[in-house]
Amino acid sequence: MRHAFLLSLVMGTTWLVLSGYFIGMILTFGLISIVFVVWMTKRLAILDDETVPYLNIAKTCKYYFWLFIEIVKANIQVVKAVISPNSEISPTLIKIPLRSNIDIAQTMFANSITLTPGTVSVDVKEDHILVHALLKEMSNPEDFYEMHTRSAEALSISLKDN
Amino acid sequence: MIISTLSAVILDSNIGWAGLLQVSLSCITIALGLFFVLAGSIGVLRFPDFYTRLHAAGMTDTLGAELILIGLIIQSGFTQTSLKLLMIGFFLLLTSPTATHAIAHSAYTANLKPKLGKHSFSKTRGGRS
Repeated sequence: MRHAFLLSLVMGTTWLVLSGYFIGMILTFGLISIVFVVWMTKRLAILDDETVPYLNIAKTCKYYFWLFIEIVKANIQVVKAVISPNSEISPTLIKIPLRSNIDIAQTMFANSITLTPGTVSVDVKEDHILVHALLKEMSNPEDFYEMHTRSAEALSISLKDN
Repeated sequence: MIISTLSAVILDSNIGWAGLLQVSLSCITIALGLFFVLAGSIGVLRFPDFYTRLHAAGMTDTLGAELILIGLIIQSGFTQTSLKLLMIGFFLLLTSPTATHAIAHSAYTANLKPKLGKHSFSKTRGGRS
């Protein structure tokens, strides 16, 4: 029930933002579409935490703000490597341990790694992520540890210590 | 480019100082975004192997695209258009790393070995050596 409500809330907001018409007929069409989609997801039995993850908006925004600053910093480093005439790069492969086996925590972490320029998550396994880094100073395990902690915090998931 | 746009805007309409500030801020942001897109393209040409080129391409679709979108949001002000642009920006944050990971993962499973270790490419100017 909670999932159905959240899903229809998200879809309703999307409809209003994208259409911008507040006429009775268009709103009725929107309502019909939302009810149809919720019924369909219910029938497919995919109306669960995976389809409708519950996100704390304030925490998620805070995390994305922090990530944006990290992205800007990493971008400047990569731009320096690209533009300087005698640049030296040191590509590195590193295994980053995963401290959670919940899908959305792993996805958020791997997504954040790839989003930061200079690091790409190449392979996601049960207990670690294989990361390709452009420069050796970008493959510092402590930075990834902090990113993992913060991304789990945004999702209100507690991590295992190791 | 910026100066000609600004002068055209000032001559064509009677916008106040707030409008002028809005236009110049958005112009600066879009120009910065274009710089990152250009740097990403240069990186794709200069870097030595597949994985390192992927990093340069990633620069284009993170800060390049996001800065251009932010500039357009500033340009359109508090309207429905800027909400739509905000949505596009949010979706880009989700889709572009997914695409990058899909490409990198398929290259890795196809046994494409990355070049590791220190790599200087001062002599490989203009492409591969």
